[in-house]
Amino acid sequence: MNNASTQRRVGLAILAWTITCLIFFPIFWMILTGFKTEAQAVASPTLFFTPTLESYVEVQGRADYFKFAWNSVYVSVGSTLLALLIGIPAAYSMAFLPTKRTKGTLLWMLSTKMLPPVGVLVPIYLIFRDLGLLDTRTGLTFVYTLMNLPIVVWMLYTFFKDLPKDILEASRMDGASTLQEVLLLLIPLTLPGIASTGLLSVILSWNEAFWSLNLTSSSAAPLTAYIASFSSPEGLFWAKLSAASTMAIAPILIFGWLTQKQMVRGLTFGAVK
Amino acid sequence: MSTLQLKQITKSFDDTHVIKGVDLEVNDREFVVFVGPSGCGKSTLLRIIAGLESASSGDLVIDGKRINDVGPADRGLAMVFQSYALYPHMTVEDNMGFSLRLAGESKEARRTKVMEAARILQLEPLLDRKPKALSGGQRQRVAIGRAIVRNPSIFLFDEPLSNLDAALRVQMRIELARLHEELDATMIYVTHDQIEAMTMADKIVVLQGGEVEQVGSPMELYHHPCNRFVAGFIGSPKMNFLPVETVNADADGVEVTLPGGRPCRVPVTAGDTRPGAALELGIRPEHLMLDDEGPLEGEIQVIERLGGQTSLYITMGETLLTLMADGDVSHRVHDKVRFGFEPGRAHLFDAEGLALTSLERHHLAGLKRQDHRG
Repeated sequence: MNNASTQRRVGLAILAWTITCLIFFPIFWMILTGFKTEAQAVASPTLFFTPTLESYVEVQGRADYFKFAWNSVYVSVGSTLLALLIGIPAAYSMAFLPTKRTKGTLLWMLSTKMLPPVGVLVPIYLIFRDLGLLDTRTGLTFVYTLMNLPIVVWMLYTFFKDLPKDILEASRMDGASTLQEVLLLLIPLTLPGIASTGLLSVILSWNEAFWSLNLTSSSAAPLTAYIASFSSPEGLFWAKLSAASTMAIAPILIFGWLTQKQMVRGLTFGAVK
Repeated sequence: MSTLQLKQITKSFDDTHVIKGVDLEVNDREFVVFVGPSGCGKSTLLRIIAGLESASSGDLVIDGKRINDVGPADRGLAMVFQSYALYPHMTVEDNMGFSLRLAGESKEARRTKVMEAARILQLEPLLDRKPKALSGGQRQRVAIGRAIVRNPSIFLFDEPLSNLDAALRVQMRIELARLHEELDATMIYVTHDQIEAMTMADKIVVLQGGEVEQVGSPMELYHHPCNRFVAGFIGSPKMNFLPVETVNADADGVEVTLPGGRPCRVPVTAGDTRPGAALELGIRPEHLMLDDEGPLEGEIQVIERLGGQTSLYITMGETLLTLMADGDVSHRVHDKVRFGFEPGRAHLFDAEGLALTSLERHHLAGLKRQDHRG
């Protein structure tokens, strides 16, 4: 290897590590703060202190973490499954039976993501109130499904479009119905793409705060509401807030770490043919 | 027994007319080849027959039944795609047995039929492999095996050999011809390669611009092309065309003046050709002969020696002609040569490009590939 390319590689590595550290530092600091006492948390920053679980105990004493966590799992997984259930047929028809309006429909779907959610807060709130969906997991699942559907359809569409049409036509000649085409060929063949789409949808739903804060109060509140509940009442308690936040992001962080291979494989699926 | 009839089939995408009224008859056990330049509509026509596209108008009849509204799987046809279109996540065995699985056949029945097809195609050792682990030729055979397993009334092939290298293509061509004989099935084959068409077909359908130019046996198309397009498309190297002028037209043929001034009487029916009319004379490179007394003269521009044969590219004024000569000719580039041809080998085309009919039919023009079989 020549010198110039070594230098380039080293330079790129340093840049990548710097960016990674910059991004990770707040998370690292949050985790650290969670193990401090309230007094240490507001004292001048230090890396060296005696860790304590005091904040965690106090946080758990005030609200049941597991109830919120279960709500988060329920709504993020539920909304993802629902979005895939709707998104797969939609993307199938757009990818394999396109019409003149397909491009327009896709762009329109994407444009709904550009609308600030607060713009539709009042109508959705009123609809939810009238349908009795406020503070229910069903209601939140439903909103998250709608929220992620454009992204899910877009991603699936690009994955499906990379599948040679001939394969589906061959199966049609072999006697496959549309459902069999989807179940026996399309889904198995684009599974990496579908999986990464699902993972992304889970993560987006897990991290969503606006709708969960506005549409839930207690029984359906997910972890985002749990964190928020530590920020307001008696001013900020940094250690407790950090402890709660750490607990809230831990599952999704571990989940993301375990599935990162799948995510990367899915996101580059089709790109490297 | 499987016959296919196309009656005034048309296909339009929006305002583009891809197929403009095709009538065609495919007989039982015939090997029919659709050939034409890219964009001529041959693949679309095949996909209409397969049921993957619907015809805009016209009737599609198999064994006397109109099947326009029958789904692709229920037409009893099987198709081999250019890209093979194997199912990448299934083994060779599962690929070949997929249609049977969908039809709800038992595992044992599936295995028997797949094994039978695998035997015909010598695929037995590969049954447990995935398509990824196969070579191009093997994939092609699996694709054909998948079609055989369905025991279709008609096989459809969409340029099945164009992804293979030249040597393999020749080998698969022979294999397909053998297969046609062994299966004794009706086959429709699409290609842009006129050599494939000539070597495999019982009947060639030459298409251009969504219309049938001519239908006939390979030898009929070669010896009696009905127009200038077919004449130029069939045969390799391409037929030469020379502008000529009619001197005389009567029952014994049409006499024309060749470039250079010499007369030549071509034995074709005169029709309404009048003296003075401008015609085009077509003569195949293999029918031009070097001849010191020949009526034509030109200068050699390029010489391609193939060993057994030599292609001479000769300019005559503005026209570039190809002449297939013996492998041992000792001419050099820029040599002036004289050459000629047997008038019976020449074709004449009128101003619209239509051929004047030969007075005598070539003795092989009616030959079908099946006739070789004794």
